[in-house]
Amino acid sequence: MPKKLKHQNNEQDAGLKELLRIVDEPKARWILWRTQPLIPIFSRFARLLKVASFYGYCEHLEFALKLTVQVVVEQETALYDRQIRVWGADAQRRLSKSHILVYGIKGTVAEFCKNIVLAGVGSLTLVDDRVVNEEALSANFLILPDDNLFQGKTLAEVCCDSLKEFNPMVRVSVEKGDISTFGVEFFEKFDVVVISCCSLAKKKLINQKCRKLSKRVAFYTVDCRGSCGEIFVDLQNYKYSKKKLEENIDCQLEYPSFEEAISVPWRALPRRVSKLYFAMRVIEGFEDVEGSNPGETLIADLPGVLKLRKELCETNSLNESQIPNALLERLLIGTREYPPVCAIIGGILGQEVIKAISGKGDPLKNFFFFDAMDGKGLIEDISEPNTGS
Amino acid sequence: MASQEQLSAIKGAKVLMVGAGGIGCELLKTLALSGFQDIHIIDMDTIEVSNLNRQFLFRQSHVGQSKAKVARDAVLRVRPNISITPYHANVKESRFNVDFFKEFDVVLNGLDNLDARRHVNRLCLAADVPLVESGTTGFLGQVTVHLKGKTECYECQPKPAPKTYPVCTITSTPSKFVHCIVWAKDLLFAKLFGDKNLENDLNVHSNDAANSSEHSDVFEYRKDEDIEEYGRRIYDHVFGHNIEVALSNEETWKNRNKPRPIYSKDVLPEKLSEQNGNMEKGCVTDDVSAMASLGLKNPQDVWSLGENSRVFLEALRLFFLKREKEIGNLTFDKDDQLAVEFVTAAANIRASSFGIPLHSLFEAKGIAGNIVHAVATTNAIIAGLIVIEAIKVLIKDSNNYRMTYCLEHPSRKMLLMPVEPYEPNKSCYVCSETPLSLEVNTHRSKLRDFVEKIVKAKLGMNFPLIMQGASILYEVGEDLEEDMVAIYAANLEKALSELPSPVTSGTVLTVEDLQQEFSRNINIKHREEFDEEKEPDGMLLSGWVEPPVDKDKNKPIGNGESTSNALPAEESLEAKKDVTIQEISEVTEIATGTKRKLSEVSKGTTPDHSGLSDETRNHNQLEKLDVDDEDDELMISDDWESLTKKKRL
Repeated sequence: MPKKLKHQNNEQDAGLKELLRIVDEPKARWILWRTQPLIPIFSRFARLLKVASFYGYCEHLEFALKLTVQVVVEQETALYDRQIRVWGADAQRRLSKSHILVYGIKGTVAEFCKNIVLAGVGSLTLVDDRVVNEEALSANFLILPDDNLFQGKTLAEVCCDSLKEFNPMVRVSVEKGDISTFGVEFFEKFDVVVISCCSLAKKKLINQKCRKLSKRVAFYTVDCRGSCGEIFVDLQNYKYSKKKLEENIDCQLEYPSFEEAISVPWRALPRRVSKLYFAMRVIEGFEDVEGSNPGETLIADLPGVLKLRKELCETNSLNESQIPNALLERLLIGTREYPPVCAIIGGILGQEVIKAISGKGDPLKNFFFFDAMDGKGLIEDISEPNTGS
Repeated sequence: MASQEQLSAIKGAKVLMVGAGGIGCELLKTLALSGFQDIHIIDMDTIEVSNLNRQFLFRQSHVGQSKAKVARDAVLRVRPNISITPYHANVKESRFNVDFFKEFDVVLNGLDNLDARRHVNRLCLAADVPLVESGTTGFLGQVTVHLKGKTECYECQPKPAPKTYPVCTITSTPSKFVHCIVWAKDLLFAKLFGDKNLENDLNVHSNDAANSSEHSDVFEYRKDEDIEEYGRRIYDHVFGHNIEVALSNEETWKNRNKPRPIYSKDVLPEKLSEQNGNMEKGCVTDDVSAMASLGLKNPQDVWSLGENSRVFLEALRLFFLKREKEIGNLTFDKDDQLAVEFVTAAANIRASSFGIPLHSLFEAKGIAGNIVHAVATTNAIIAGLIVIEAIKVLIKDSNNYRMTYCLEHPSRKMLLMPVEPYEPNKSCYVCSETPLSLEVNTHRSKLRDFVEKIVKAKLGMNFPLIMQGASILYEVGEDLEEDMVAIYAANLEKALSELPSPVTSGTVLTVEDLQQEFSRNINIKHREEFDEEKEPDGMLLSGWVEPPVDKDKNKPIGNGESTSNALPAEESLEAKKDVTIQEISEVTEIATGTKRKLSEVSKGTTPDHSGLSDETRNHNQLEKLDVDDEDDELMISDDWESLTKKKRL
């Protein structure tokens, strides 16, 4: 069976148009892909449909097409069989109608993209204009060394090509440009926005834009430093129902924005919040002050980082021992990623996004930390007490 | 990022991966990205469509090809300069012997069945190679590290045995849909399409001889008989006549709802043939399908009794029409569309008769095929954790080994929960020298029973050698003399006390698996009577830790990604319930584990999972752990409570 949709002939384009009258686009593309061996039959359908619509006989042909669609539904069930058994057909339908945006594609985000493309989301849009270099290869399996000639391609473009192959039913595309200049209306097209490897200012800005929209856009940031990773989640006002004792209970979670969360005074936080939370804020703050690119802080910057730690700890009346030197040193090892941690963080993020879209399962609120050193994957709720659930 | 020490250990390591499925694909990718240079990978499976949603190294065009080989090629595109050696083979093959295992620095399991896991465990113990074991179901997963003498082996903790059902529940008093599935699959399907020589309990309740001889003819397809007529005869016999026979036994129904006999004329019109039009769909899917020819589309719809009856007759018709050659040697296969349709319909008609809710084909397939739920994300997370542990093993950082659980609901704020590995179980029959004893009726039990029920099922041996003193009673192997094979075959049918060297009370048998380099002595004790319900084997092996018996749990946790139907036929699952059951069993295991660690109760006592008091105890244990663990907050999540409560229901 031919894999790509590129070689569609005109007849098939016409078929796509007709299909769009009765099904949504991902499904229409899926039908085209699955029915490629049947192109002769299919284009006959399309042509007949045209003739029929001219004479007003549409109903019968729509019925015929619906039969074809039904075959495809069966095949779709075959492909997603194992996961439908986990989250149900309903959740699968919601997934297939969702649109995801990712910004900043390194190893962790590559893992995340693979996970949601396999899960069968409707579309995935990639934004990352950086050119592919040697370092980008290190933990990103979406870049094949054949592409090493780079040919001036951006990270988003190269990854897009690989991701398309994972699941032909998902539309993967690239958006070029500087994400901070994208207007609020750009984000309206998406249900989920995931950003990574970017500055504190950019995180806040994009989070704000998502929050300005009347529809709820789930916002996530994800970053791995050394053998540690962090996920931040903002689902704004999130309602879902969960089963408890055979009853459906309506739950509601109120999330703070990224800016609100990180401005919660440290002394107001639960006594045993993960040390990683503080350490990440110190380095993030250091990079913000220095204007350096995320992840580019190295061990040589340790004195500057320690200075900032002192300041922050004083303002927040936190004992500096809560952010051990050894931990900071482990985080300051440059921009190279640790592939097992990328897989773990990308997996947890994928799971969370699937939960948020499908409305199944408790979403995490609102930080997740993993440290390969102790092996713990911890959820921390960093919010003002009054924004809690 | 990895340290210099880790990097050089990774570079020099030779690793063996067993399994290239859900976990395997993720693992191979993460190993390659992490810098591993010499990876060997064994998998006997070929790629199927239902793999493609998570086994991301495979494409539609790879369906039918070797998983190990395609996975290798895919990962070499990302890292062309490393060495990956694929074996499209069963890990139990004799070439993968102890010497083969000794070549590796660490073995990483991504397997889908208990049998293979036990086998790899034995070989790793014999070769003294560290093993990192893993498993996932749905959002749950676990990774454990097994190092001979240091941590417990894979078999130190007994695994819950797969669920089996009493014969009479299946043949006469089903109360759950799964009972109907087992009946349809293991009795009716086997009777009609399987090996005619195999024993079959389908008519177990027609005791008088006259009846049974009559019955044996019922299932016979007479030459030139109209196929629909034949189908209706079967239908009326199994859903009508047999139910009437069962009803005549008043005693059975005193405290039960009586079933309703169903005859085809009551649910279907006189003649069907003309109504089965619409065969054109055959051009879309190659598979022969009763659903397709009846115009039933959605596998997730629950069919009415009438629809089920049509599917039943149509599937039967198609088997005789299109697949006649296979009849007589078919076994149920979850990927055989027509077989799944037949079993779904038959189970639903029976369910209808017994007042049990009907199920869709999709659900029935899950139950009949023991399908394990699987998603990409859990596999990716587990693979990452495996690599982290594998690197610790390579740099011999044994103080930091962890077994890690991936949870669906956080426990003490954790979604990924590391636990210190346990010490070897001193009474483990695999990794310790524990003596075994077997109570058995030596006059009644045959050598075959001993081989099947004890040596294979309990001790997990594949190529057993059984000796009494110096004389060999039984042996399996590739290069045996013909006369010996004949003697062993004859021995199998003899009662233990009638063997050439009689096995009686006080005899010590030596059982050995040469491939696994695993040997045990068993003291035989004669016992006259056994309780049929509680001791269905008619034998009792002690010194061997019985798996926890739990009425609801029917799957060993970490049995993991299942792509091939590795479990024997009589084991069936209630797939619908499975999601909740699995998460409960997972957490229960953690809780009992905690118990062991905390109170230092004698290792190897079987944790009792049944009953309400135990859950409370487990619950308390978790709280206790919180108190002990200074680094963590004292917190029990609501989810935990809901979990334990759910189980009480």
